[in-house]
Amino acid sequence: MALAHVASSTSRSNLLRPISAIVSPNLRRQLSTDDTRTLTIETSVPFTSHQCESPSRSVDTTPSELLSFFRDMATMRRMEIAADSLYKAKLIRGFCHLYDGQEAVAVGMESAITKKDSIITAYRDHCTFLGRGGTLLQVFSELMGRIDGCSKGKGGSMHFYKKDSGFYGGHGIVGAQVPLGCGLAFAQKYKKDGTVTFALYGDGAANQGQLFEALNISALWDLPAILVCENNHYGMGTAEWRAAKSPAYYKRGDYVPGLKVDGMDALAVKQACKFAKEHALKNGPIILEMDTYRYHGHSMSDPGSTYRTRDEISGVRQERDPIERVRKLILSHDLATEKELKDTEKEVRKLVDDAIAQAKESPMPEPHELFTNVYAKGYGVEAFGADRKEVRAVLP
Amino acid sequence: MATIVGAATALSASKSFDSRKLHLPSRGSLSVSERKGSFLVVRSDGSVVHKAHRAQKLITNAVATKADSSAASTAPKPGHELLLFEALREGLEEEMDRDPTVCVMGEDVGHYGGSYKVTKGLATKYGDLRVLDTPIAENSFTGMGIGAAMTGLRPIVEGMNMGFLLLAFNQISNNCGMLHYTSGGQFKIPIVIRGPGGVGRQLGAEHSQRLESYFQSIPGIQMVACSTPYNAKGLMKAAIRSENPVILFEHVLLYNLKERIPDEEYVCSLEEAEMVRPGEHVTILTYSRMRYHVMQAAKTLVNKGYDPEVIDIRSLKPFDLHTIGNSVKKTHRVLIVEECMRTGGIGASLTAAITENFNDYLDAPIICLSSQDVPTPYAGTLEEWTVVQPAQIVTAVEQLCQ
Repeated sequence: MALAHVASSTSRSNLLRPISAIVSPNLRRQLSTDDTRTLTIETSVPFTSHQCESPSRSVDTTPSELLSFFRDMATMRRMEIAADSLYKAKLIRGFCHLYDGQEAVAVGMESAITKKDSIITAYRDHCTFLGRGGTLLQVFSELMGRIDGCSKGKGGSMHFYKKDSGFYGGHGIVGAQVPLGCGLAFAQKYKKDGTVTFALYGDGAANQGQLFEALNISALWDLPAILVCENNHYGMGTAEWRAAKSPAYYKRGDYVPGLKVDGMDALAVKQACKFAKEHALKNGPIILEMDTYRYHGHSMSDPGSTYRTRDEISGVRQERDPIERVRKLILSHDLATEKELKDTEKEVRKLVDDAIAQAKESPMPEPHELFTNVYAKGYGVEAFGADRKEVRAVLP
Repeated sequence: MATIVGAATALSASKSFDSRKLHLPSRGSLSVSERKGSFLVVRSDGSVVHKAHRAQKLITNAVATKADSSAASTAPKPGHELLLFEALREGLEEEMDRDPTVCVMGEDVGHYGGSYKVTKGLATKYGDLRVLDTPIAENSFTGMGIGAAMTGLRPIVEGMNMGFLLLAFNQISNNCGMLHYTSGGQFKIPIVIRGPGGVGRQLGAEHSQRLESYFQSIPGIQMVACSTPYNAKGLMKAAIRSENPVILFEHVLLYNLKERIPDEEYVCSLEEAEMVRPGEHVTILTYSRMRYHVMQAAKTLVNKGYDPEVIDIRSLKPFDLHTIGNSVKKTHRVLIVEECMRTGGIGASLTAAITENFNDYLDAPIICLSSQDVPTPYAGTLEEWTVVQPAQIVTAVEQLCQ
């Protein structure tokens, strides 16, 4: 498996040189977001494809996009680290699955699609939710079970949803979200929306039968479904080579085309998602395998070091970290200075801290909320407490 | 007293509707009357709107007792006669005409016309995108139906036999039932999952399952069981129009029942029970195919001088405790006749619910007649003794009324 190795030297001349860029000393170092000249950057690794053409390695981007990548990924990274601390402080309970290391997938995907396209993922959903337009307050409130959370505190870490921007969650059972995602794609085809669905799953879920069932149906009915395998190489504690006879997840679709992408390179992810969207709208389902890595363990109760070495984790962090990659790009193209990026990170840190403080102020749900939203408002259906005499529910 | 009535008011949503003449010409009018609000509030002081007059109206059904059929006149009757599966199809077709977001997916529902002919002709009329033949992959196509419902489509998922839906249990329990809650109300899942279940004619153990007992604990879903062409069509339409996920249980042996149903459009209420035969001595609660065994036993009982009140509960989740409670208040004796197995069946839950709420009104312990806790055998005689027979119902009533 070819892992992208970005030269660890910090010298700017070694790094990805722009194929075409107009940089004049007078125009550089604008940290404003309305800088829209095009930069074309090559991805670190070419795409590998199965039953289809690979997209080009050269990705068009703009300085503002790169800066927004940096900012968004820094926010996501900071948010996950903060969630780690909150969990250890017992403010977040239950399961908490952190996404740090995989931010490039969320950010790259968002840049290639619109809010009308749908995304559905499994339980490692905090950053995907943020990418879809969720706010830090909603994230932290939901994690702490407060009413300001995106699911009013009733869902928890694994159940983030944002219907108005096409984020369908947030699912706890491994693999069950893939048929749901194909159903979303079916609805998009039914309504003739011209939009697509990205159904994300992990390398652990890639061995679920329902995935192949759903893929079969999607291919039969030509649904605009894009199945994205976020391959972080470990299904909880089991390495991929111990779980899958064929760990080439992009080829597992057999008759469905697949593409393998360096998931730590936000621009490669963007290119692949754009390509996939065009493909899905014309030719039906496609599988994307994102080669990525998570620094934390599977969840907060997993140290993450019993099944992999610390050297491996720090090695990936040094060589393939998505935020560092974008930082180097920005610095090598003189889009911002070191100090400005550090200021952005400080700002992000403050935003996250403020959101946490605000979330801590948010109240816990009222007792009657136990019985709301069990049923949608209907002919008169209600939910009762265990003790029918005492606890009453009034329909909203 | 307050507690019982209080509990009963909870499900009195349709107290202003006559269950037989439930005309709901448009969705808009329904939601306006819902918003009137007063009948949706549970009052702890136990006040309830009196609607005893509803109990006296008899609902015509396929197994009428002798006294009822003699009242039928020779004048041309209104409505049209059809079989139960045709009634289901009529309901389905009317809803598909009315709402373009309604679609059907299941095995062999399209070109084949449905294994029980419920969807016959619909594929040619509506096309392949609205009547979808799926491969044999219950887990995933149920999941796909739920995913489509999350966006606002109204799919109807057909299980060729209810027993096959065990493969989709995860999707039904976790995604169908719980998404509305875990998303804080963001997603509604207006899906209908339907199919035939129950003990048939020597179909074997795996094809004779009663899944209502397994699904009844899932929070967030509604379950209804149809038993006559009239309520089959009405419940099908109501289920499709409902914003909640509804599981509609049909029965393999009831598809060829014939009945005359009204020409005009009608919808049955999903949470109401049906008064089949009013009486004074004992309340018999039943649903689906057992209704006919009960009515057969009722003939014998009437000849012996008993006056049983037969209620087809129809709504398996939530129970219509209002109708049931009023009946218990009148007769003070309850017999439950069901096709589920004894352990953990609908009858078990109903017994618990009635005991909890109406214990003061009972003169005798509730008797629950259920199927035996065995896999359904193939041999005809053994299969007959797995389910409740009319003779057993008669004996049980005699025992109750001593």
